[in-house]
Amino acid sequence: MTKIVIVGNGMVSYKLCEKLVEKKAAASITVIGEEPRPAYDRVHLSAYFEDANADKLSMASRDWYSENGIQLVTSEKVSQIDRDNKHVTTHNNSTYSYDYLVLATGSSAFVPPIKGVDKKGVFVYRTIEDLEMMMAYGKKASSAAVLGGGLLGLEAAKAALDMNLKTSVVEFAPRLMPRQLDEVGGELLKSKMEDLGVEILLGKATSQIAGDETMTGMDFTDGTKLDVEMLIISAGIRPRDELGKEAGLTLAERGGFVVNSLMQTNDPTIFAVGECASHENMIYGLVAPGYDMAEVVAEQIAKDNKEYKFEGFDMSTKLKLIGVDVASFGDPFCENVPHSPISIADQQAGVYKRLNISEDGKKLLGGILIGDADDYNMLHQMYINDMALPPHPVDLIAKGSGDGGAAIGVDALPDTAQVCSCENVSKGDICCSIQEDGITDINGIKKATKAGTGCGGCLPMVNNILEDTLKKMGATIRKEICEHFTYTRQELFDLIKVNEIKTFDELLAKYGKGAGCETCKPAVASLLASIWNDLILKEATIQDTNDRFLANIQKGGSYSVVPRIPGGEITPDKLIVIGEVAKEFDLYTKITGGQRIDLFGATLNDLPLIWERLINAGFESGHAYGKSLRTVKSCVGSTWCRFGLHDSVGFAIEIENRYKGLRSPHKLKGGVSGCIRECAEARGKDFGVIATEKGWNLYVGGNGGANPKHAVLLAGDISKEEVISYLDRYLMFYIKTAEPLQRTAPWQEKIEGGIDYLKQVIIEDSLGIGQQLEDDMEVLIANYSCEWKEAINNPKIKKRFAHFSNTDQDDPNQKFKRERGQRFPVAW
Amino acid sequence: MIFENKTIEEVEVWVNAGTVNDFPKDGGSNILYEGEQIAIFNFSTLNKWFATQNLCPHKKQMILSRGMLGTEGETPKVACPYHKKTFSLETGENLNGCEDTIKTYPVKIENDTVFVGYYEIK
Ligand code: SRM
Ligand SMILES: Cc1cc2nc3c(=O)[nH]c(=O)nc-3n(C[C@H](O)[C@H](O)[C@H](O)COP(=O)(O)OP(=O)(O)OC[C@H]3O[C@@H](n4cnc5c(N)ncnc54)[C@H](O)[C@@H]3O)c2cc1C
Ligand code: SF4
Ligand code: FES
Repeated sequence: MTKIVIVGNGMVSYKLCEKLVEKKAAASITVIGEEPRPAYDRVHLSAYFEDANADKLSMASRDWYSENGIQLVTSEKVSQIDRDNKHVTTHNNSTYSYDYLVLATGSSAFVPPIKGVDKKGVFVYRTIEDLEMMMAYGKKASSAAVLGGGLLGLEAAKAALDMNLKTSVVEFAPRLMPRQLDEVGGELLKSKMEDLGVEILLGKATSQIAGDETMTGMDFTDGTKLDVEMLIISAGIRPRDELGKEAGLTLAERGGFVVNSLMQTNDPTIFAVGECASHENMIYGLVAPGYDMAEVVAEQIAKDNKEYKFEGFDMSTKLKLIGVDVASFGDPFCENVPHSPISIADQQAGVYKRLNISEDGKKLLGGILIGDADDYNMLHQMYINDMALPPHPVDLIAKGSGDGGAAIGVDALPDTAQVCSCENVSKGDICCSIQEDGITDINGIKKATKAGTGCGGCLPMVNNILEDTLKKMGATIRKEICEHFTYTRQELFDLIKVNEIKTFDELLAKYGKGAGCETCKPAVASLLASIWNDLILKEATIQDTNDRFLANIQKGGSYSVVPRIPGGEITPDKLIVIGEVAKEFDLYTKITGGQRIDLFGATLNDLPLIWERLINAGFESGHAYGKSLRTVKSCVGSTWCRFGLHDSVGFAIEIENRYKGLRSPHKLKGGVSGCIRECAEARGKDFGVIATEKGWNLYVGGNGGANPKHAVLLAGDISKEEVISYLDRYLMFYIKTAEPLQRTAPWQEKIEGGIDYLKQVIIEDSLGIGQQLEDDMEVLIANYSCEWKEAINNPKIKKRFAHFSNTDQDDPNQKFKRERGQRFPVAW
Repeated sequence: MIFENKTIEEVEVWVNAGTVNDFPKDGGSNILYEGEQIAIFNFSTLNKWFATQNLCPHKKQMILSRGMLGTEGETPKVACPYHKKTFSLETGENLNGCEDTIKTYPVKIENDTVFVGYYEIK
């Protein structure tokens, strides 16, 4: 078993242990901490002033460590690392050997070199012991000063105030919290602190601590003094990297073990995490980045995953515990960034809010909130997620809440998070409708809260919140399709297949009730197509409108035309045809993000005429309208590119032609790159293939859209044939088991066992269905035919493409305008 | 056979909208009459016919005839293709939002010919 030794038993050390246990790491773990007790919550250290109850701060008991097989050593300080023999020695000469060493030694308070800092009455604020000493001393004193007017200093000041001491804050800079607040903000905070009874001294440099053995006051360089009996130094932190020098670990200029994005020091068997790690010259004095670092290390130790990297962290903060709301996020100053600030300041109410808006008015760059930080969560989310601003950003701070809708895991979303921006519905509103009004389905939520009734873009998130909340309430979730079918998609899949059902009506008669609706009809249509790959136009009216008319509907009721251009490769002759057709029918043309050409603005009546021309020139449907294979993007690959390893274009064309017309729960996209430079962005696709020296790597489950995901490696260095057979299996398994309108990425994420399970099913054939999946795929491929070809050759079908049934006229309400030499629909 | 609703007394003229075969099973078609676009639906699963204005009040799109038919409980409805707002085919009421109610018309079938009972909005 791998031996892991963790030095330090602070917050990040504990989090790492927790993650290693969670991820079931096959390792024997030893934690050595210098403090007398197991890890505790330093962030809420000040709470100790209230009741001196250390248990409340505890993160885990000794029993937790032993129950999870972790050896915990306390009150022992590691004094040496022997890299050659791979062991550490502690101050009492015990040695512990390791395969991997993790340094989580945190930091200590930075004590500036001021004359007299060693006098009695001078304290730092870092550990429970520090607090106990301060409290004991404070009982005999009547006044205290805090050196440093930053985040921690103000917290210490509040603590001193709570000890009934006359309290002063001494800050060198001309304002409080100089790193988080601007002048106006600092000024307001100052008056608020003064209201609380804290004296604020700004622009003061301390020349010495006065007194003999015991301090009696502070002398400042401007000649003034302050009589005070105790001093709490809170002037910054100093990473505890003492162990590094002798061991030959690289240290950063401003202290801390230098680490890369995998948290490795210059010795790859030694990691550093938390406040002692210096990543890109940055020390993070907050817990959240430390926890992220712990995740990076845990992934490597438990799963040998080197893909998850530490990529820096946002330093936004909301100050707690001082009786004044203070928050800053993003870049609060934008000193060298072009921006336009919006601010409101209400001295009377003691409120100051500032937002920094990007020059184009679209993004939030940062901001400051004092006096009222209720909107911090939402604004912070907007900033973090790079969300678009409402038309009048001032509404965000004036009224209190604006338009949001973050794209992160719903559990992490605060209740105030705006989920539906059209209807201004928060996560809290949705949860409330579930918990208090007993709503259990999406339609109920739509009715009760109106969420998702606008653009509908938030519905996936509303659904996740619904599931999440129901799950927390202990309900089991059966995702029945709708009121007409009390079955899940997977159950319907089996019913259709086993009973050889070929039409919606047949299925409804046997297993449903009512007359269907806009939810079950397209879902069943997709299932029927996925199972039989029959011509979808045979049952046109159960198809979503795009499938019904084999084109994407646009504003104004026109449609777009996207011919298939496999792998993005096209001959000049075909390009000319596209140009001619576009010209003749006055279609707006655009190169799409999928390496093909979209022709927009076709009237319903013209659709068959346009396709007739394209099909005669050898084009086929590109299925841009279907929940089906879209494009397989390629890079130019070995035929031209000097780095290319294999023929990526050829392979992309082969794959695109293999799966064209394949109907699936949601759309499918692929990519093939000729080498690791990845010009085809294959890992952003549902499936991606990248050439290697030895063959191809196959990645699955990538996604663009609102929640981008990189595809993960399913199999490496495999042959073309293996790529195809694994892809057949993967896609068929997805088609069989996913929810309606679920892309591969969320499907893969929700599958129990994740990618490891998929590897077992697909590569090791653990379910014994590998051959069946491949056979099912063969049937679908054999049944492929171009829908548009059939449509234009069948007069009855062709006739459906008409806006009116009693005249040949186009829609007289359709309005277009011209811009940049092309035709556009007028806005709605 | 007349598929009536509360507007039947107001009918000014029965417009010939075509033959039954012009209307897809469980689907709709659109006709132009006096500059007005009328969506007519052949709800074959229920064995009923309905007609409504073609304009979706949400984004003012001439589109409802291309919508999808269904039921919510006992209520027959059509879903707009754009954002799936649904409207009762019987009363024209918006079922999943707060859009304006749409106009409905009676329909009658005589020897395979479809007539829609036109009346002007007062
Ligand atoms: C035309 C195009 C934009 C362009 O001008 O380049 C486009 C246009 C549309 N996209 Fe897209 N997407 C286009 C490439 C993309 C890409 C880039 C790519 O494929 O490399 C993405 C991100 C990659 C991905 O899908 O993971 C993309 C992510 C989306 C999404 C979000 C999907 C998701 O999983 O979150 C939607 C919404 C949806 O499908 O539900 C969407 C939906 C749409 C729809 C179909 C919206 C709709 O239902 O009307 C747009 C109308 C197309 C039309 O009327 O013809 N489009 N869309 C691109 C057509 C590519 C093609 O040749 O087929
Ligand atoms: C009063 C206070 C308030 C704070 N408020 C916030 C806040 O609001 N938000 C926020 O994000 N962060 C806050 N922080 C910072 C947060 O507590 C730290 O970021 C976090 O504790 C860092 O965790 P760590 O594990 O890296 O270091 P630590 O928690 O400091 O743990 C390091 C441990 O290693 C031990 N150690 C060091 N060297 C050795 C050695 N050689 N051998 C054995 N053991 C060793 C130390 O004794 C210590 O127990 C606050 C900190 C303080 C002091
Ligand atoms: S991915 Fe590699 S082979 Fe393909 S174009 Fe880029 S550099 Fe060339
Ligand atoms: S236009 Fe009809 S629902 Fe939006």
